[in-house]
Amino acid sequence: MYPYIPNTQEDEKRMLEAIGANSIDDLFSDIPENIRLKRELNLNSSMSETEVSKDMIKLSQENKSINELTCFLGAGAYDHYIPSIVGHIISKSEFYTSYTPYQPEVSQGTLQYVFEYQTLMCNLTGMDVSNASLYDGGTAIAEAAFMASNITRRDQIVISKTVNPQAREVLKTYGHLQGLEIVEIKDEDGVTNLDELRNNVTDKTAAVIVQSPNFFGIIEDLKSIEEIAHSQKKTLFVTSVDPISLGILRAPGSLGADVVVGEGQSLGIPLSFGGPYLGFIAVNKRHMRKLPGRIVGQTLDKDDKRSYVLTLQAREQHIRREKATSNICSNQGINTLAAAVYLTTLGKKGLREVALQATQKAHYAFKEITKSGKYKPLFDKPFFKEFVVTSDVPVDDINKKLIDERILGGYSLERFYPQYKNAILYAVTEKRTKGEIDKLSSVLEGIK
Amino acid sequence: MREYNKLIFELSRPGRRAYSLPENDVQEVRIEELIPAEYLNDDELNLPEVSEVDIVRHYTNLANKNFGVDTGFYPLGSCTMKYNPKVNEDMANLDGFKNIHPRQPEETVQGALKLMYELDEALCEISGMDKVTLQPAAGAHGELTGLTLIRAYHEDRGDTKRTKIIVPDSAHGTNPASAMMAGFDVIEIKSTEEGLVDLESLKAALSDEVAGLMLTNPNTLGLFEKEIKEIADLVHEAGGLLYYDGANANAILGQVRPGDMGFDVMHFNLHKTFSTPHGGGGPGSGPVAVKKILIDFLPTPVIGKDGQRYYLNYDIPKTVGRMKDFYGHFGIMVRAYAYILSMGSDGLNKVSEMAVLNANYLAHRLKDHYSLPDDAIYKHEFVMAGLKSELSEITTLDVAKRLLDYGYHPPTVYFPLIVHEAMMTEPTESESKETLDEFADVLIEIAQEAKEKPENLKEAPHDTPVRRLDETLAARKPVLKYEG
Repeated sequence: MYPYIPNTQEDEKRMLEAIGANSIDDLFSDIPENIRLKRELNLNSSMSETEVSKDMIKLSQENKSINELTCFLGAGAYDHYIPSIVGHIISKSEFYTSYTPYQPEVSQGTLQYVFEYQTLMCNLTGMDVSNASLYDGGTAIAEAAFMASNITRRDQIVISKTVNPQAREVLKTYGHLQGLEIVEIKDEDGVTNLDELRNNVTDKTAAVIVQSPNFFGIIEDLKSIEEIAHSQKKTLFVTSVDPISLGILRAPGSLGADVVVGEGQSLGIPLSFGGPYLGFIAVNKRHMRKLPGRIVGQTLDKDDKRSYVLTLQAREQHIRREKATSNICSNQGINTLAAAVYLTTLGKKGLREVALQATQKAHYAFKEITKSGKYKPLFDKPFFKEFVVTSDVPVDDINKKLIDERILGGYSLERFYPQYKNAILYAVTEKRTKGEIDKLSSVLEGIK
Repeated sequence: MREYNKLIFELSRPGRRAYSLPENDVQEVRIEELIPAEYLNDDELNLPEVSEVDIVRHYTNLANKNFGVDTGFYPLGSCTMKYNPKVNEDMANLDGFKNIHPRQPEETVQGALKLMYELDEALCEISGMDKVTLQPAAGAHGELTGLTLIRAYHEDRGDTKRTKIIVPDSAHGTNPASAMMAGFDVIEIKSTEEGLVDLESLKAALSDEVAGLMLTNPNTLGLFEKEIKEIADLVHEAGGLLYYDGANANAILGQVRPGDMGFDVMHFNLHKTFSTPHGGGGPGSGPVAVKKILIDFLPTPVIGKDGQRYYLNYDIPKTVGRMKDFYGHFGIMVRAYAYILSMGSDGLNKVSEMAVLNANYLAHRLKDHYSLPDDAIYKHEFVMAGLKSELSEITTLDVAKRLLDYGYHPPTVYFPLIVHEAMMTEPTESESKETLDEFADVLIEIAQEAKEKPENLKEAPHDTPVRRLDETLAARKPVLKYEG
């Protein structure tokens, strides 16, 4: 017997009799003999819960968590504070054991939290309409590019090299499928080169995509970029944004963005070795019928009670099949609940406090690390919670020494930006203390 | 309690708070000295101010209005709403899995990489394929990844005129949508009366412009495509590749493998077959398994092993690039890995046996009252064409809504499109004979009620937190956020 399979041998017997079958094998007699597997799968035999736990706890201990190492690593995934209640609420099994709310009468819990999530994301980004999530920040950029191409009937995407290189890789892979031309704009002193951007935005450009704070942590001049993007009438201005930064920075919606996308992992979602995270996308009202993915709307039930339902479904794969705006079906579901609970918990004052503390601490770390001159700032531009320094020492050597001191060091830029030799991107969140930052800078100082 | 009808925004009161952060212990500098004022927002954030108790009660009340597998029977066809074992959740929440950064040095995440490598191997064994990418985020994303690989394969051979993908009319909606997204045109082929691939239609559709065929086997009617070998040969002879939609893989574990059926590439839905939760719509996980001919095109990185050391392998000569950030939904992989360990080869075999037995038993119990073909052998699911006695006014929707009153989640309705008034029913192996009997009794009672008190069905549901919703109003005058 297996704990997740309730039928007893007696049940099996009675069910087979009822059907009129002699054996379970009869029920597989429609599978041709010559393709059937005539052996056991070469896997372990079933194991008890105790054995499974023991094995997996051991395996988990072969990893060093951010509770063992002090994390100064970011580059798209961040060690922000996660309030206790987030985990408790997303662990309610009425939420996590349900699926897409196809039957709204018994799914008001899911539908309402998605509606609340949509509202929170709109309020934060300054946009009109948010969907119910995409897979992650990278695919959100790719979906935004497809959407822009669809709206403008153009096939050129202009994207800054200061956008997360991983997201640009996703865009290239997706873009090839739809025959999009991807034009990358070079970076200069850590920001998008505006002259080059101006020269490349033409009447062929479907979208201009930038990220702010960008991959180097620097705040882009979105106002100027918006002017360049919109110098072409139809071109869409797409910005990718770290939602935490919006605690202090101007919302992209107030700066003329047509589409705002991003990675929502910072909003109460654990690092979990890269996923599952939370892609978000929000747009102007006029583009809402071109949005990919699920959208929840408010309506009334038969008794005129306020209620919520999946809506604008004429965009979606289960209705439109090959004419859908995207193929997305399962999305990030429960992680939108995590983000809603996070944003609600931090609220009006708390999100600002998180953003302020991260900024203060990142700038303190920057000052301490660059004090002696051994580590030099690579760029001279305003930054949020991440910054880049460079030195004569290879990044791998530095990071090995930091691990010995139980510190998770920064991200080496060389793989994607070979011109920035020995450059390290450090992230400092509100969780870091002065003591931890001082230790990082003193260990760094001692490295030869 | 079910009357609770507030939005979190309506609980907001100035001055309330639910967070506690430590004091900033570094030297405080005025923010304008760090970041130019023109970049800073000057308005207050438009976010609620509530206490921790407010939030907990609010979401607990919302949870009470939701139906999950833990609430009751959830036979949503093609979604495999099986039980989600609790130990899986515990494992995913272990500090060493939950709190590791994706860009940590490889030597600090050997356990995670090992888990991914072993999951890759287990999925290869279960599918009869040669290598896996764990990157895809969900089933549809797996389809897109698989089609991207098929495209790369043909492009690499200079065979660029292959711009079409064949999809049967019984396919999941994601199949044609994924094909379009991957830049293909879709050729839809009709099914036979029985609901299987029509070989003649297939032959007629095949040409040197066809890149491949997407197929679900068992298909969405719960029927096994018996002629799969012939289908595979036809597609291969025409120079195309075969894609296996793994949404229905719960029926075949340890019984038959897509690799042995002749498929070249496939996805698994870890959130269906391997018991990870559906999360109210996600996150899922859709690993893609391929035969040798496609390994060189896989997205990077894949998980490699060198002696005793595991690593992220970016060295794939003809890679299609990257399908998503990082390495896939690791948290979901941990749960699926725990499930495979728990069940083992014997248990997985049993899963399919009981999933199939339950489907056939339930179909048997219902066939006198609901429209079902005679003598079919089902795999994991079956599709009823509404009520047997054709009462014009009672639709599948009415039956589904009445089921809600009895505390059941209805089957998938009006899909597959090729069945009129379809009710696609997938009981899974996690249900007992008693549950199936009780469910069948209720459906039979509803069939009776359809004759005697049809208005009761038309008005259903009566006993749910809200009643039938005005979907037209929602679409015509969209209210997509709270405006206060």
